[in-house]
Amino acid sequence: MLRQIEGSRAVAETVALCRPEVVCAYPISPQTHIIEAVGVLVRTGALAPCEFVNVESEFAAMSVSIGASAAGARAYTATASQGLLFMIEAVYNAAGLGLPVVMTLANRAVGAPINIWNDHSDAMAVRDSGWIQLFAETNQEAADLHIQAFRLAESLSLPVMVAMDGFILTHAIERVDLATQEQVDAFLPPYEPRQVLDPADPVSIGAMVGPEAFEEVRYLAHLRQVDALTAIPAVASEFAEHFGRSSGGLLRPYRCEGADTVVVALGSVLGTIKDTVDAMRDDGLAVGVVGITSFRPFPAAAVREALAAARRVVVVEKAFSIGFGGVLSTDVAMALTGSGTPVTTVVAGLGGRPITGASLRECFEAAAAGRAEPLVFLDLNRSLIDRDLERSSARRRTGPTAENVLRDLGTVASGPT
Amino acid sequence: MPEFATDGGPTAARESGSPGSVEPPGSGGAGAAVRSEDPPGSRDATGPASPSSGQPVKFYQVGSFAVGNRLLDPSYRTVQSDALRTNALDSGHRACQGCGEALGARYALDAAMRATGGSMVAVNATGCLEVFSTPYPESSWRIPWLHSLFGNTPAVATGVAAALRVKGRPEVRVVGQAGDGGTVDIGFGCLSGMFERNDDVLFICYDNEAYMNTGVQRSAATPPAARTATTEAVGDEPGNPFGQGKNLPVLAMAHDIPYVATATVADLHDLERKVERAMEIRGARYLHLFVPCPLGWGAAPRDTIRLARLAKETGLFPVFEAEHGVVTAVSQIRRQVPVEEYLRPQGRYRHLFDPADPDGPPARPETVRRIQEIADRNIARYGLVGPAGSDAPGEAGPSDPSGRPYETGEAR
Amino acid sequence: MFQVRIHGRGGQGVVTAAELLSVAAFFDGRWSQAFPSFGSERTGAPIVGFCRISDGEIRTREPVSTPDALIVQDPTLLHQVDLFSGLRDDGFVLLNTSRPVEELGLGALTSPRRDGPGIRVITLPATELAIAHTGRPTPNAVLLGGFAAAGGVVSLDAVAGAIEQRFAGPVARANIAAATEAFRSVSARWKELDHAPTD
Ligand SMILES: Cc1ncc(C[n+]2csc(CCOP(=O)(O)OP(=O)(O)O)c2C)c(N)n1
Ligand code: SF4
Ligand SMILES: [Mg+2]
Repeated sequence: MLRQIEGSRAVAETVALCRPEVVCAYPISPQTHIIEAVGVLVRTGALAPCEFVNVESEFAAMSVSIGASAAGARAYTATASQGLLFMIEAVYNAAGLGLPVVMTLANRAVGAPINIWNDHSDAMAVRDSGWIQLFAETNQEAADLHIQAFRLAESLSLPVMVAMDGFILTHAIERVDLATQEQVDAFLPPYEPRQVLDPADPVSIGAMVGPEAFEEVRYLAHLRQVDALTAIPAVASEFAEHFGRSSGGLLRPYRCEGADTVVVALGSVLGTIKDTVDAMRDDGLAVGVVGITSFRPFPAAAVREALAAARRVVVVEKAFSIGFGGVLSTDVAMALTGSGTPVTTVVAGLGGRPITGASLRECFEAAAAGRAEPLVFLDLNRSLIDRDLERSSARRRTGPTAENVLRDLGTVASGPT
Repeated sequence: MPEFATDGGPTAARESGSPGSVEPPGSGGAGAAVRSEDPPGSRDATGPASPSSGQPVKFYQVGSFAVGNRLLDPSYRTVQSDALRTNALDSGHRACQGCGEALGARYALDAAMRATGGSMVAVNATGCLEVFSTPYPESSWRIPWLHSLFGNTPAVATGVAAALRVKGRPEVRVVGQAGDGGTVDIGFGCLSGMFERNDDVLFICYDNEAYMNTGVQRSAATPPAARTATTEAVGDEPGNPFGQGKNLPVLAMAHDIPYVATATVADLHDLERKVERAMEIRGARYLHLFVPCPLGWGAAPRDTIRLARLAKETGLFPVFEAEHGVVTAVSQIRRQVPVEEYLRPQGRYRHLFDPADPDGPPARPETVRRIQEIADRNIARYGLVGPAGSDAPGEAGPSDPSGRPYETGEAR
Repeated sequence: MFQVRIHGRGGQGVVTAAELLSVAAFFDGRWSQAFPSFGSERTGAPIVGFCRISDGEIRTREPVSTPDALIVQDPTLLHQVDLFSGLRDDGFVLLNTSRPVEELGLGALTSPRRDGPGIRVITLPATELAIAHTGRPTPNAVLLGGFAAAGGVVSLDAVAGAIEQRFAGPVARANIAAATEAFRSVSARWKELDHAPTD
């Protein structure tokens, strides 16, 4: 049914249609609206049977999800930023145990400095944990990906994280075609665990593995992620058949035919990028986009194929590896090994900095003309940086950097932008 | 020194109608010139004579237990009434009107500053207090202040204390502070460790009974029946379930730490006195401060102090002190009121009353009765109602003569 | 694409107003996207909400920097924030105030460039209307009735539908009545402005 609805609410209602049996979460902006809405659906009995557990921390939230999943229940949780980092030990554990928990990640920057706004640093921090990580471009896709996530998680016995941009998607009110219960029931069979705590058939889950087999266990986890490279597009096309619209899959090229310059990105910024690309195409510039939905597993072969004709690649990233550069770009460059195609990393939108079409266009044009540096920070305020560098070379006790920089800027960080 | 806005200070303090918050320093008025170093007067049950009027003043005269500073003997005045107070939490912060947490933090930290001669560091958890006080590049703090994370504040405070010890600066004292979420929920593991090691930290919990900073979700300090965003007033048992929650003061006492106290922003003298007492002691100390939140409770900003007072006077929030796990003093209820009087002005309990007739009898009398039971149990447990006629504040002795630690009540 | 920026204070329902507007556009069969200025402001702090309305899918996620219209819920913001920033030269402002435009000292606030005949300022005593109809000083739904009359970007029916979907029976009815009255009063003013000489 077509609804004009907040992204968080669309996700909450869709998750409810997936009939999770245990929902456990700890509030953190910008995830709160999702779990609050699921909580109400449980309380009113609209989602039943379901246990909604208010816990004391994210560490507990993921741990409850692990316990519930191991006992055979379909488990769901949601978090962001500091919350994801607070639960990180349990995040790795869920993946290591092969428990099909589904989690929404309302992407938010990681502090310090504390920042509640959007970027992808949180998702990148658990990149290597063994979770499948799917990024939503729109709220429609965010909703749809959750249905696919339960299906994927349970068929592969792997946890799946659906990343949606905090505030930009979670708090945006837009058109979403919500699935019906019948549609979801037809698509998502009841959870049939591979391993379960059951007195009738006792198993030990979580045994210690020593040097003699640890590498093999890890390799098997890797194989399952490799399997996911086949399962993700398969589930996406089955979804398209059932629901009459396409979302998910490994990646999605847009106007890549004959494109010399191809932009690669994750998440909601793809919308702004597509508008920019359309405008550039109108002006005769051969630009295209590849949106990556599945960041883990990383579809290296599909990326290589999608970028085969490109003469240069620009990766727009809302995160970076401090001391090195792009994270997604590293993967893209690996996928392009041997092709000689130059890759430019554009770090943009950190901590909620708006990414404007105008800045993107300038940047893409520079790249198309071969003028782009390998690592670009979009809209970086150079004078602020110079002032801080000056300050720290002038004296030892400079005080807290964040405070100094903002004072130079002369603005109030929490004011409306 | 941080930048400060220069408007007239926190609205909460101005609206509180409580002693010490009404009178800007140095604004004149009888007794304003008298400093707190002046010799103290007599302290009888009716209150001291006013130095200017010479008349005996009854604390009880306005029915609110509030009394103007200028009527008081200097020794009774709050730290806030001193022109030389530190303003540890200065004006210009971004708290809501009537924020109990802002008021409580200002009083508690100024009292701590006075007790330590200004030699103090504060460590703050994520939460409203942190967010509204430090909208970079502005800061409302006039003391060294560190915010690390939401769940690790007691441990960070321990680290600061350890460093000060190793650096040979034992005179610098450490205060850790957090909301109820940062204290009873996500920070509890670190807090219990800090208590157990008896680290030299005063930890203050500003209890507004929910996660306010993220938009009013339930914490383990949310009382039964209260509506929060994760315990909505829907379903068969609307609001927070009965039979849950954590009594942190009692848990703190179970660690046998040297000092545990509870206080409310309705009795700021009592709060200051407890902070001063805490600073006389070394080792782990815990202060649990009840701070109404107009936004989260759906209450009028002007009712912050009234609600804090009612929480105590109903028995829902017992005010007491304990040393080494034994209750040493209990603030008795002066004029007991039924819990209904406390619940009715709060939007978070709206579902207990009839929307068509909000002043009429409760729509859910059974729930109100169960809340009254909690209050009654607290009254019995802590001996909150003393023998008739004893209405001296904070003067009642230990109510449990055996000195046993008190059992966990359902109230918190 | 039509872009609206709504100014108000925390607690006044800025986000609700943006949402209602987007729902109204949706009922009119159009695409729309509403989003708040994301922040951690507390009660009383200046807040901004945005709404984009279009005949096709809206893909961009950047903030609205050059709005076609402003809705100002709280006139005390006039002299506190850069209210008119980016407003298009042919845009309009719907202002909640009971005072006439001339008394507001807007000449000094709007830059000469924007002072041209293109920008139209319409005032509406929305708080008073809200109190009269609903008993509460919440101007957001009322202003949307006025907005429907100004420029006709959304229909009054759709605004009423959005209000109905969001609020319960009697509250919705009172707000719709207030919005309808606002619609009438702004319609008249808008016609005058539309026919006013433009040079
Ligand atoms: C690990 C982690 N989880 C969640 C959050 C989000 N968060 C910040 S403050 C807060 C609630 C604060 O509640 P409380 O401690 O009671 O303080 P109050 O705001 O009520 O004063 C939450 C959930 C966070 N910052 N870090
Ligand atoms: S939400 Fe509550 S605790 Fe937070 S600033 Fe407002 S009144 Fe204070
Ligand atoms: Mg709290």
